[in-house]
Amino acid sequence: MSNILEVKNLNVSYGGIKAVKDISFAVPKGQVVTLIGANGAGKSSTLRSIVGLVRPENGSIQFKDQELAGLPTDQIVSKGITLVPEGRRVFPDLTVLENLKIGAYMRKDSLDEDLNWVHDLFPRLQERSWQLAGTLSGGEQQMLAIGRALMSRPELIMMDEPSLGLAPIIVQGVFDIIKEINKQGVTILLVEQNANMALRAADLGYVMETGRITLSGTGKELAENDEVKAAYLGKAKE
Amino acid sequence: MEWITRNLPYLMAGISVGGQYALIAIGYTMVYGILRLINFAHGDIFMVAGLIMVYATTVMPIYIAIPLMIVATVLLGFLVERAAYKPLRSAPRMSIMISAIGVSYLLQNLALYVTGGLSQQYPPIPWINDTVTVMGATTKRVTLITPVLTIILVVLLVLLIKKTKIGMAMRAASKDFETSQLMGIKINSVISMTFIIGTFLAAIGSLLFFTNYTGVTPTAGAMPGLKAFVAAVFGGIGSIPGAVIGAFIIGICENIIKGLGWTTFSDAFTFALLIVILIAKPTGLFGEKATDKV
Repeated sequence: MSNILEVKNLNVSYGGIKAVKDISFAVPKGQVVTLIGANGAGKSSTLRSIVGLVRPENGSIQFKDQELAGLPTDQIVSKGITLVPEGRRVFPDLTVLENLKIGAYMRKDSLDEDLNWVHDLFPRLQERSWQLAGTLSGGEQQMLAIGRALMSRPELIMMDEPSLGLAPIIVQGVFDIIKEINKQGVTILLVEQNANMALRAADLGYVMETGRITLSGTGKELAENDEVKAAYLGKAKE
Repeated sequence: MEWITRNLPYLMAGISVGGQYALIAIGYTMVYGILRLINFAHGDIFMVAGLIMVYATTVMPIYIAIPLMIVATVLLGFLVERAAYKPLRSAPRMSIMISAIGVSYLLQNLALYVTGGLSQQYPPIPWINDTVTVMGATTKRVTLITPVLTIILVVLLVLLIKKTKIGMAMRAASKDFETSQLMGIKINSVISMTFIIGTFLAAIGSLLFFTNYTGVTPTAGAMPGLKAFVAAVFGGIGSIPGAVIGAFIIGICENIIKGLGWTTFSDAFTFALLIVILIAKPTGLFGEKATDKV
């Protein structure tokens, strides 16, 4: 299977502090891939450098065989890649419908089909079309953030901690949606602290620690790995 | 009836001046809304618009000079942003504010150099300069046109912001640069657009404002600029309706005070109002609570 995204020897620093140290990984087309790790492991920095919100120090980021490193964010997202940012970051003063429309900002064709798709996935968003996004609950805002990302018709969606701060039942809903979106052909790169859920959803996983990738394998392999169990799944080594 | 004839000119002048302040104040409030920057150079751009008109009318007919003045002013606003503010996009907010003060002095001193410090006579603009009589009170036609034109421009602006794609991008960017970029919005284009709109309105404002005065001096932008800034703060900086309402209130109050015979205190009133607002309700009439961008 071909890789939609290939990251090679990526380094990211903030004012002299290295957040990401020489990591390499690949995201095969059509799969759910997860990056798990503790707070501060460099997961978010990795995603942010892929979309150009932080400039990578060096290394290469290839999306569909095109180099992304050094490009401005608007050009990167126009290639069919999008990020659902940590903390959802919906536009609070825009209505739910406007938030969805702004997700398709770069497109000039009709949005009806995509609006229907997003409304089918999240009927709640259709009910609340005219409400300001700032008045939605956390779970609804997460749905809106994902729906907004889908409106650009991405080939790869990256999600930064989509389960953060949500009730367990809603977290389950978020993961169901992730699987559903993936089934419809969108490749997903998921960053999570909720390793348990993430590994169960993922075809492929990478473990990040202090800026480095220390382990990789299928979701199942990693879920059964003793070190992963001890460190991230709250189970003692046997 | 006699009371009306005596006081109507002050009220009309107040509404008119209020409209002129409003056109300047929108530039302050929009730029603040998106960059969190008090653009201190805005009043001076307004003054330069006046000077461009003075010099343009010496070499060309007025109907060409007016559009040329508007285009040149907009271009100046755009270039100031690109040259003095854009390079400081990720710098602390204080740096860009200092840069704005620098641009303000630069424009004033350039104007001083060009004019030799002499007041330049503003060209009389036909039709709007004509005298008309309203209910027994005589005034210039510009006094009547200003509020109408202001309201029309504000309505168009609100429609642009509420109904168009670029308006939606402006609203989004004013809340969250990073997420807006993720939507594919080119932040620099949105910021340029904000400056273009702001200086366009200031250019119209300068046309209406200087028509009422005999001349343009290098510091002619300072006082109206400051008052428009007070209007923007009074209305709640970042809010367009707030800036417009604040500007009309200040314009009307100033002229009522003049009508009462206290002309000396009319400027003092405006700045006293600023102090009172900052103490009593720092967010202004329609301002949002001070939330820093996250």
